[in-house]
Amino acid sequence: MPVQCSNCVQRRAVLKRPKTGHSLCKDCFFWAFEEEIHQTIVSAGLFNRGETVAIGASGGKDSTVLAHVMKVLNERYDYGLNLLLLSVDEGITGYRDDSLETVKRNQQQYELPLKIVSYEELYGWTMDAIVKQVGLKNNCTFCGVFRRQALDRGAMMLKVDKICTGHNADDVAETVLMNVLRGDIARLRRCTAISTASEGEGAIPRCKPLKYAYEKEIVLYAYFKKLDYFSTECIYSPNAYRGHARAFLKDLESIRPSSIIDVIHSGETLSVKDGVKMPVQGTCSRCGYISSQALCKSCVLLEGLNRGLPKLGIGKHHRLHGKILAQEPLTEQEEKKLKAVDF
Amino acid sequence: MCQVEEDYNGLECKQEKIPVPTLNRKCMKCKEGTAVLIIRVSDAFCRSCFKEYFIHKFRAMLGKNRVIFPQEKVLLAVSGGAASCSMLAQVQEGLSRDAPKKLRFMPGIIYIDDGGACGRSSEERQRSVDQLKSIFTETGFPYFIVPLEQVFSLPTSVLVPGTSDPDSSNPSYKQAVDQYIKEKQKLTEEEAASAVAQLRIEESVCSPEHKLALERLFSSLNTLTAKEDMLQILRQHLILHIARENGYSKVMMGDSCSRLAVKLLSNIALGRGAALASDTGFSDPRYGDVVIVRPMRDYSSKEIAAYSRMFHVPSVFISGLDTKTHDKASIQRLTESFVTNLQADFPSTVSTIYRTSEKLHTVMPSQGQTTEPASKCLLCLCALDTNVDKASAFHATLVSEQLSQIKLQDTSHDARCCAEGQGCGTGGCCSSNRSPEHQDLKTLLCYSCRLTIKDMGAVDALPPYIITEAEKRQKRSRMRMEISEYLLEDED
Repeated sequence: MPVQCSNCVQRRAVLKRPKTGHSLCKDCFFWAFEEEIHQTIVSAGLFNRGETVAIGASGGKDSTVLAHVMKVLNERYDYGLNLLLLSVDEGITGYRDDSLETVKRNQQQYELPLKIVSYEELYGWTMDAIVKQVGLKNNCTFCGVFRRQALDRGAMMLKVDKICTGHNADDVAETVLMNVLRGDIARLRRCTAISTASEGEGAIPRCKPLKYAYEKEIVLYAYFKKLDYFSTECIYSPNAYRGHARAFLKDLESIRPSSIIDVIHSGETLSVKDGVKMPVQGTCSRCGYISSQALCKSCVLLEGLNRGLPKLGIGKHHRLHGKILAQEPLTEQEEKKLKAVDF
Repeated sequence: MCQVEEDYNGLECKQEKIPVPTLNRKCMKCKEGTAVLIIRVSDAFCRSCFKEYFIHKFRAMLGKNRVIFPQEKVLLAVSGGAASCSMLAQVQEGLSRDAPKKLRFMPGIIYIDDGGACGRSSEERQRSVDQLKSIFTETGFPYFIVPLEQVFSLPTSVLVPGTSDPDSSNPSYKQAVDQYIKEKQKLTEEEAASAVAQLRIEESVCSPEHKLALERLFSSLNTLTAKEDMLQILRQHLILHIARENGYSKVMMGDSCSRLAVKLLSNIALGRGAALASDTGFSDPRYGDVVIVRPMRDYSSKEIAAYSRMFHVPSVFISGLDTKTHDKASIQRLTESFVTNLQADFPSTVSTIYRTSEKLHTVMPSQGQTTEPASKCLLCLCALDTNVDKASAFHATLVSEQLSQIKLQDTSHDARCCAEGQGCGTGGCCSSNRSPEHQDLKTLLCYSCRLTIKDMGAVDALPPYIITEAEKRQKRSRMRMEISEYLLEDED
């Protein structure tokens, strides 16, 4: 027996919303989805009129839907924003080069200017080369750290005011869980913020308009709107620690669909004791990027890669930062520990 | 390797540090005795050192936190499981020592028989109760065996947080201890005898109506997650009531480190982020006059199991709501299997989660004599966390609900109904009134208790004390709205 849409009651429902369980027709779903993102943007005050906003585009479903919705809302509600696409090429064969083709297609479909920055030109290393040196564990650290800086550098080259990324509710919930499991209290406090703090120069604020949109709803939206996106998992991702948090979250969602938002709510409402040591924001003494230590993480990682000591950035080695800055050679024992594990 | 705070001391890799276990390892503490077990990753202990370590940890936990004052009445919540029975054994051990550092409080035991909610038969329940009774009488402390059905005869004062007695001069811990030592020298034998005579043993029998009511309550909850949550809430209320009635100012719960790590994660999944520190911290002051402490929170379940086995601590296994259910039956069960499996691959998982919980705290609303109990959740008595600003997850859920449904015109509907002249009485207007009741209850609850009630079919299956208190609070808030412009102070 066909079910009627619970919003307009006239048309037949074609999908069930994962978020609330209501049955909706196509148009009402589109409208509800876009409207929720609009509410998120307006209530958090994410953008101001006349700003140039770079959309972090990877060719995947989140960034494709984000680009589409931002374009639609910009016109519908007259945000007055100047939108453009920014993409990062990590140099993963068979994954990134395919997804970049999708981004180029998006550029034509949405008529937005596109800029691509690559790890090769910024750092001199592609992810394939990094994985060859580091191995199959801990390589997500390199990719993530480098990408954040690459996005910022690309945005600075384009002179944008804000960056927005396609992080969805599932991503934020996974991050909360992962930070609890790893005991990272500093990140736990910051990770549910919808946009990063914007004090200090050289730091372009980043925001997540899709923060309250479920991943499944994003897929539903892209499917019904027939949006073109690239849907393969990164070939290096199966060994990441985040996979555990993701599996747990998926199971939680199957028991209680609202769990994802519940986890985000917990993350937003928890408070940290005063007196717990927190990192202070400063700048890297080598490249000038924001950092809480003397050397920023990507400089440390790069140093490790260039010297053939890939474990330099994994774990805490503050004492070595001084040595690295001063260009002193490391002792034999230290070098041995930092090399990749041979199998 | 996945811990952020992990420091590589001298850059030693983990692989090279763990010695291969052999049969002739020496205890790492006394270096003489042969090791009989390994705790944490690679610490080997001999039998006597392990016993000392175990006992010392308990006393250190109490001593470090300094919340139990001498001569205080402390209620031990025993569920029959290994952890709470170990706690009971430790308390016995601590009180019986002749050393000057004897533990100095007066314990009582409480056991809540929740067989009615778990679907156990009366024979099974009686059997467990008898087994437990024999353990309790051995200890010589007064004990209370309370069936969960007694929830239906609780007063509404349970839901109101009490204030700590303003009469007590509230000395600092050190002063209290010194005072006690001076007074102790005047203790006579007669006093000791009269203390024994005061041994109150209470065992309540449940009436059949209450049994039916409890079954109805639990069958109206649709998911196992909601059932477990409700069971936890009712149990806490019952313990609180018994503690208040018999003058106990502290309650000791036997939650171990592993159990608390699972609780922390499942509470995050349930939306209880605001109250994480109270739910899993050492002391839980949300009830005001009765403080819940968790002295076993430093012990991993492995240590407790090893101790129980080696030193023959009696315990009774009693099946609960989620015994023998599959992994995905409820959020709590899922979290338990997740953490246990992760712990197998990454042995520092539980201790990392435990340390994270130590860095959190609960934001308490300003305490004062004029604090309206309405600012606390009706069921779990934590501060309401639903007064968040518009850019938040909670607000996003409200927006989604609105956008996915046709707008309900409540006021016009009611007006139409009454205009039809069907003789609607006051307050019992029409069938549409049942959903507003559901709605009204929600405004009195915190985020996660809302989710529990959402899973409930018939809200009137709740015990009468909850319903009465809810109505009272709703009336008060309606009153408040009427006169809000004339109130001078902000009664927060």
